Amino acid sequence: MQGAVRKISPTSDALGQALLQLIGNTPLLRFHRVTRNLAGVEVLAKAEWKNPGGSVKDRAAANIVTDARRMGRLAGKTLLDSTSGNTGISYAMLGSAEGFPVTLCIPANVSTERARIIRALGAEIVFTDPADGSDGALRRAHELAAAEPQKYFYADQYSNDANWRAHYHGTAEEIWRQTEGRITHFVAMLGTSGTFVGTARRLKELNPHIRCISLQPDSPFHGIEGAKHMPTSIVPQIYDPALADANFFISTEEAHTMLKRLAREEGVLVGISAAAAMVGSLRLAEEIDDNSVIVTICPDGADRYLSERFWEDF
Amino acid sequence: MKVFIPTPLRDYTEKEAVVELSPGSVDEVLRELTSRYPGLRKQLFAEDGRLRKFVNVYVNDEDIRHLENENTQVRYDDTLSIIPSVAGGCFKLERNGCQPPGDVHLRQLSEAG
Repeated sequence: MQGAVRKISPTSDALGQALLQLIGNTPLLRFHRVTRNLAGVEVLAKAEWKNPGGSVKDRAAANIVTDARRMGRLAGKTLLDSTSGNTGISYAMLGSAEGFPVTLCIPANVSTERARIIRALGAEIVFTDPADGSDGALRRAHELAAAEPQKYFYADQYSNDANWRAHYHGTAEEIWRQTEGRITHFVAMLGTSGTFVGTARRLKELNPHIRCISLQPDSPFHGIEGAKHMPTSIVPQIYDPALADANFFISTEEAHTMLKRLAREEGVLVGISAAAAMVGSLRLAEEIDDNSVIVTICPDGADRYLSERFWEDF
Repeated sequence: MKVFIPTPLRDYTEKEAVVELSPGSVDEVLRELTSRYPGLRKQLFAEDGRLRKFVNVYVNDEDIRHLENENTQVRYDDTLSIIPSVAGGCFKLERNGCQPPGDVHLRQLSEAG
């Protein structure tokens, strides 16, 4: 009827989507060329750089924030956490969109790009000694939270169950649905361990035969962004090593080489931890039976690593 | 001159956070460091003998990439910091109130007694 106002449901996509609704449901990317010697094994990866904040960390950050708001822990407070960058960008994005202040403890050797993105989104940065890495940032956040508990909601992504639950309810269910239950192996890098723990825990409930392989840097001194060498780090409270059927150690150089291969052979520019995840996935693919379906996680894209020295040899 | 050792590498320097070495080029200083602590060699240098690509070196907070790379001269009162790249970049430009890494180490050392 001409002139009549068509009623639209408040939840209709015709009204556009809120930022939170854009998080998750990332594409499952299939690789063709780097896997050409592995006939019979599929290697698939969740393209997590498609999240609005540009990384997998949107999932954990959004769930931590939603959880805190539901329990009233964020009301009138500043969200505080330590991060090596990606979670910080997610928190800063959510703080801006939902109107709460954000303070982040970050090692001072974080890239210029990341620091500028976080500041552009309006969050405050407390830089910590770069020589102490992410553990130094974590200790600083603990100190700030303890000193001013009335000021801060300390999100503590390393201990917050909302971190791994984002993957238990989100990432794992998406993988199960997108592969139509065909997944046989799950591979992911350990950082806070939230991605691995949440996804592996749910996938094993859906099918106890799914093998889950965790990945770690091969040394405490490494250049794989966001990854933790567990034997020498402050171990996250949410980490459950029993979920891993195997663990592979990956060198930074292997990740750099894979990053270049994915750029040149697949047309995909992923971040360093994503490249490390692909190193682990291809290593696994060589060891397992045909008809296996490996799913891994590409936490972010290459655009946040453009100032790294390894590009000099590209 | 003083070399500041990042936490993850102190297992290779008998827990030393600061190592005093003779002045020279960055390359000479790092060679002297790795001959004193041979376990550090594999951590800092690739098989071709070049500095590993994620290892950033700063002389008095300035990235040697913005100076003369490994040929940068380190004087008697200079400091050299070895920093694994979290994601590259130059922390001098973005530090915004962070203590210079050297000062932080020294403070920690004095607190440790």
